[in-house]
Amino acid sequence: MSVIMESKNVSKQFGGLRAVDNVSTQVPEGSIFGIIGPNGAGKTTYLNLLSGAHSTTSGEFIFCGENITGNSVHKNAKKGIARTFQQIQLFDSMTVLDNVIVGFHKHEKSNMADAIFRTKRYWREEVEIRQKGIELLERLEMAEYIDQIASNLSYGMQRKVEIARALATSPKLLLLDEPAAGMNANETYTLLEFIKFIRTKGYTIIVIEHDIKFILNLCDEIMVLNFGQKIAQGTPSEIRDNKAVIEAYFGTGRVAKHMGVAKDE
Amino acid sequence: MEGDVKSRITKKSLKLSKRNLIIAVAVFILLLIMPQFLSAYLNGVAVRVMIYILLVASMNIVNGYTGQFTVGQMGFANVGAYVTAIMMTNYEISFWIAVVVSGLAASLMGALVSYPARKLSGLYLAAVTLGFSEILRVIALNWISVTGGAMGIAGIPVPEIFGFRLSTPLSTFYMVFAFIVIMLICNYCVISSKVGRAWISIRENEEAAKSLGINTYRYKSLGFIYGGFWAGIAGAVMAVFYRFIDSNMFSMADNFDVLAMMIIGGQGTLFGPIVGSTLVIGSLEAFRFTAAYRGIIFGGVIIFMMWVRPQGILGKSTKDGPIKMFYNKLVSRSKANRKGGTA
Repeated sequence: MSVIMESKNVSKQFGGLRAVDNVSTQVPEGSIFGIIGPNGAGKTTYLNLLSGAHSTTSGEFIFCGENITGNSVHKNAKKGIARTFQQIQLFDSMTVLDNVIVGFHKHEKSNMADAIFRTKRYWREEVEIRQKGIELLERLEMAEYIDQIASNLSYGMQRKVEIARALATSPKLLLLDEPAAGMNANETYTLLEFIKFIRTKGYTIIVIEHDIKFILNLCDEIMVLNFGQKIAQGTPSEIRDNKAVIEAYFGTGRVAKHMGVAKDE
Repeated sequence: MEGDVKSRITKKSLKLSKRNLIIAVAVFILLLIMPQFLSAYLNGVAVRVMIYILLVASMNIVNGYTGQFTVGQMGFANVGAYVTAIMMTNYEISFWIAVVVSGLAASLMGALVSYPARKLSGLYLAAVTLGFSEILRVIALNWISVTGGAMGIAGIPVPEIFGFRLSTPLSTFYMVFAFIVIMLICNYCVISSKVGRAWISIRENEEAAKSLGINTYRYKSLGFIYGGFWAGIAGAVMAVFYRFIDSNMFSMADNFDVLAMMIIGGQGTLFGPIVGSTLVIGSLEAFRFTAAYRGIIFGGVIIFMMWVRPQGILGKSTKDGPIKMFYNKLVSRSKANRKGGTA
């Protein structure tokens, strides 16, 4: 499998705080890549660096063989990096379909003159993006929600709409920032199935999550951050048995020892 | 079932519905006939209303659709008015060329102010745009060799079309009316396109818009440029309607009038500017007999509007206003009473 995204010694300094410290990793194409770590480990910062929302202090990101360090968010989005946010960021007053249609922005070629003079290109694109939007929502089995106002949907549905909107940009790489945050067990399970389903469509996905069960069930490969540093990377089973990871989550005290004992049984 | 949803979307379904088209044409014809029955004074008022419609609609592009807070629309009108006035009086250029140049000059100013302003938002942006408008006013006041300073520019020629002089309020009415119709069609077309969607997405959620590949800086600038164009045209129309301009016509107070009209009419709606301008100028004219107390009445109306319909008359309401809330309370109380009575 080829590598779609590579980060080389990426660091981010906020004043005296090194939020992300020398993180190097490779994300294989077509995989689901998880990033976990205790609170404040720098997971979201790392994602913001990758998407272009923050600028890196040092190091670089290579995406599809191209150096994307220092690009703005919209430029990266055009190159094929789509994302969802920790707090759901939908266009609240718009319908689900309209939300998705905005996602097709980068594929539209018509300009203001086309719009004013209502050229053939304008009509073709307007019809096309709506049909594509409906197609996308049908493929994600969300066709029944097309005409609903986004803010009226349940939390779980809103998250799905946000992902659908990100997919409308036809990304090569999809970043999910804590998609299961604030969801109950049922919603989380539905989301898990949903992300696995999306993966079968050929997208590469990077997901940050606190829910360890969620991430162990979902990911092919997991990177663990702690205090901005990468402490481990491997398959879910490797991560589960990794001493450094257990230490990061449970410290070196009695609980950790208990964990070690429990594992032997 | 699936096929149904998709086949619903055709070129036809995206066009205006027949009913709306008929209404639009009917109103159009009505407005064409109307000025024939009005006095010159009332036609003059109508022209002033329409000049403000142009200004408010141009502000509405930036404030209503892009979700930014700009106050300085009069600055663009200022540029447009002076460009037209100077071109027509000093160089005897036709109004129809001057009006387009005015629009473009105002667009240029829009581009200029948007360069620092696109990174700002809220009150900071309002301060910058208001300041920009004031700078243009002060330049107009002091650049005496070009703008005539405090004396202004007088004796602006009357525009002509096919040898017909548009000198009366009646003929000016038709001219401005034509501009407004063109502007509304352009606005409608732009708003229902890729550009309009990008603007609205910035208003709704800028972070999300960026993450979808929308160059938010560019689209904010575009809003200023496009809005500035129509404000410039409004200025050009002012110049030929009053046939005299000076820098006092584009003061800070006028900026806030435009803002008030936009808010009262309803931001982010196509027809909000029309309702807002008509209502404000109409009521100011209606209360002309109260002389100095007009300002107080105007202030009262704004406060009342903010209380009852904060989203403006045509604005989409997401929450119930106080009157609706009061009504709901009454209804629920009477229902509870009835229930209590039967129990």
